[in-house]
Order: sequence, then C-alpha cells, then structure tokens
Amino acid sequence: MTEIKGWIDGQVKSNNVVLFMKGTPTFPQCGFSGQVVQILDYLGVDYSGINVLESDDLRQGIKDFSDWPTIPQLYVKGEFLGGADIVREMFQAGELKTLLEDKGVLGNA
Amino acid sequence: MPMSPSEIEKLIKEALPDATVSIRDLAGDGDHYAAEVVSEQFRGKNRVQQHQMVYDALKGNMGGALHALALQTSAPD
Repeated sequence: MTEIKGWIDGQVKSNNVVLFMKGTPTFPQCGFSGQVVQILDYLGVDYSGINVLESDDLRQGIKDFSDWPTIPQLYVKGEFLGGADIVREMFQAGELKTLLEDKGVLGNA
Repeated sequence: MPMSPSEIEKLIKEALPDATVSIRDLAGDGDHYAAEVVSEQFRGKNRVQQHQMVYDALKGNMGGALHALALQTSAPD
C-alpha cells in the first residue's frame, strides 16, 4: 500500500468520524464540503476534518482509496458513507442520525 | 472542457441502457449539474454502489471536466 494510502487508512481507522474535505470545518473552501460540515455540526457529532487541499497526493490518494472521484468524503467507524449528495439524502431521510446513533458516535446529549 | 447535458445522458445510457435520466443545469457553466437516474440495475445496491456505477459510466469525467454532479439514483418502483 502506498504511503499516502497507508496514512489515509490510519486516519479512517483511528477516527470514529472523519471528513476528507476542501478546507477546514471552520473554513470550508467548497460548497459541497461546507454542506457536510453544516450537517455534522447540526447533528452535534464530533468529527475530524482533513483538508485535502494541503497535498496533491492526499487529494488524489483519497479518491483512489475509496474509488470515489469527488471530495468531500465522509467515513464513519472506518466505513465510507458517501459524498455530499448521499450525506444530504441520508440526513433528510433521518437515516444519518440513526446510523450515527447505532454506531455510538453521536453523544445522546 | 465542460460537458453538455446530452453528453452526460449519452454516457450514462451507454452503461445503463434501461436508465431514465433527467439532468438539471445548476449553474449554466457546463460543469455543475444535478442528475436523477432510475435504472433496474440499481436494485439491491446501496447508494454508494449506485453512484459509483454512474461515475464509472462517465468514464473519468467526474471530478475532472465535470466538477459537480449532484446525483439521485433509484431503482424503478
């Protein structure tokens, strides 16, 4: 496994919820990344935001890792959930909240 | 080089001949579209797999010539 893929694999496995995005949660630099940040913040889930714009290897590596051509990409407990469309669709259907609760990553505050 | 709605539809239908495809231009700049794709071949597949099928149909244009394609996929009712 290439170095970048190993690093990505480590991030995906060591964070309950990790969002590979353009920009950072406080400063998203793309509308789609911003949408997912808003949804995760609304649900109050703790997540790690990784800015793929920091390295071309990372930006391409994450697309190869998941065989998914776009950014953002959301992972929960090591599993690839999808990009902005799927996260929004799941959120609107109430499935995202249920999934996060089932995986025990949503604090029942 | 941006893509036209008809090109997108043609590529999707080549891979999914039974698909009904409706495309909306989101920004008028040739690389921000929304597409709804309904195909029997999606049945039994999860959303990620369904979207990957459409991305594969677009033969690498996704994320390149095509910056954004808001996808909605489903099997016929």
